[in-house]
Amino acid sequence: MIEYWNPQIERLPSVELRELQEEKLQNIVQYVYSHSSFYRERFDRAGVKPEDIKSLDDVKKLPFTYKQDLRDTYPKGMFCVPNERLVRFHVSSGTTGKPTVVGYTQNDINEWTKSLARALTSIGLGRGDVLQVSYGYGLFTGGLGLHYGAEEIGSTVLPTSAGNTERQMELMGDLGTTAIACTPSYFLFLNEAAKKEGIDFQKDTNLKVGILGAEPWSEEMRKRIEESTGIKAYDVFGTSELSGPLFTECVYQEGIHIWADQFLVEVIDSDTGEPVPDGERGELVITTLSKEALPLIRYKVGDTTILNNEPCQCGRTHPRIMRILGRVDDMLVVRGINVFPGQVESVLMKIAEVGEHFMIIVDRVNEMDTMTIQIEMTDAAFSDRVNDMISLEKKVASALKTILNLSVNVELVEHGSLPRSIGKSKKVIDKRVL
Amino acid sequence: MIDKMIKQISLFSENRPGRLANTAAKLKRAGINIRAFTIAEAGDFGIIRMVVDNPDEAHKVLHDSGFTVSETSVLGVEMEDVPGSLAKIADVLSKHNINIDYAYAFVTRTDKAFLILRVDDIESALNVLDEANIKLIDMNDIKNL
Repeated sequence: MIEYWNPQIERLPSVELRELQEEKLQNIVQYVYSHSSFYRERFDRAGVKPEDIKSLDDVKKLPFTYKQDLRDTYPKGMFCVPNERLVRFHVSSGTTGKPTVVGYTQNDINEWTKSLARALTSIGLGRGDVLQVSYGYGLFTGGLGLHYGAEEIGSTVLPTSAGNTERQMELMGDLGTTAIACTPSYFLFLNEAAKKEGIDFQKDTNLKVGILGAEPWSEEMRKRIEESTGIKAYDVFGTSELSGPLFTECVYQEGIHIWADQFLVEVIDSDTGEPVPDGERGELVITTLSKEALPLIRYKVGDTTILNNEPCQCGRTHPRIMRILGRVDDMLVVRGINVFPGQVESVLMKIAEVGEHFMIIVDRVNEMDTMTIQIEMTDAAFSDRVNDMISLEKKVASALKTILNLSVNVELVEHGSLPRSIGKSKKVIDKRVL
Repeated sequence: MIDKMIKQISLFSENRPGRLANTAAKLKRAGINIRAFTIAEAGDFGIIRMVVDNPDEAHKVLHDSGFTVSETSVLGVEMEDVPGSLAKIADVLSKHNINIDYAYAFVTRTDKAFLILRVDDIESALNVLDEANIKLIDMNDIKNL
């Protein structure tokens, strides 16, 4: 039995959905042009007027916006509403540059909440569920975003925020947590800590769902997590500039549903700016159709993905995107070859002897890039014979070489020696001075 | 013959300062006595192998401290501390096509030397060494050394 939060809109026939998008696109373009000098100048420079947007296809006449625009106009240069209409700020951590500020009107918060209410319903949550929100609360959007969405559908929120693992486990048991929202790496950490305490999520808790995201993770990691803990693990997607976490997969786990009445999604060829055919990988571009305080027009999120416009088995007609392999920012170039940490993860997770934790170390030795993958020794993989250990290193190196087309060094390290993370994990150390 | 097997503690260790000290400290605190010991190093990691007086306790202590550790069945052979002893043992095993994965020897306060052997077929090795009148030692002997 598939549950919908808003069955009418979620199953709206594609044709009607496109008509709705077209109307909303024209409105938002008119709105930003008249409310923001930033967009007015941008559009004028590109020689495009709001009236030129007559159909959805005309979206490609509009100029892109970039994260850098938000930085350049820090703090509020792209806002379209006066201060008295703002009800909240969130601020990005600025780990990859200057921080960005996102403002919300009451309506923006409501739309954000609605998006997650649909998403959480689509993974089977509702009344009677206890959602432990282990994303950070505060300037980061993860905690509060999930919090509002879960309350909206009548679930009980346990706002633990990130960290304090012992407390997290204790409350999970005492209050009967049925779903947890956190980064995949924190979930692994929690699972490891639980095992140490002799707690088996499947037998000893009510946990059945994980809403995992805020960092890229692979399909293979999902399999690992689901097999080892017995939960269903769902990918959640969003980014603070678009409000925060917004979308998840549904129970079929075949792509992330993007609510088309709120967002217009394009997947384009980065070189030509033209849309790539459905099913091909390209750069993700999103236009907000309902945001008031900080609408974004053709925003380059910095992710690559694949678009799927086919209606889903669950009955939802909205487009889906494939799981995100990694932000464009996360991509490493090693000896001229593009490497996403997510690719490395998906190779490693297919090898049974390799544990869940790894680290990629890139360095430059004698003008030559080197890539070393550290993997943790596990009880299952350990042997008293050196040959067995060396064979394991070779097996991993050869599997990586096949996929990455790059020779890597594999280094076995002690169990527990790689850093565990309560938030977004760091999987790459780049020692090169470029 | 099973009771003649010896439990060796095998431990994964990164090859960097302080790792051995850490392991040894854990065993010291647990009052465990190391009888024989060797490190096989392979670049950035090593495998510490040891025979101790109380392997089950050693395994527990090290495992609970977060080490990757296993118990491996090996053979303990008593040798006269004179030339030719090792040759005799190696000869018996090779005649029966039993491969030695690794071996290490130690001497005690007595005039005996002891050899720890990891072979690919421990059952057969036990039998052929016994038939050749080579003295095997067991966990009791290890405790009482």
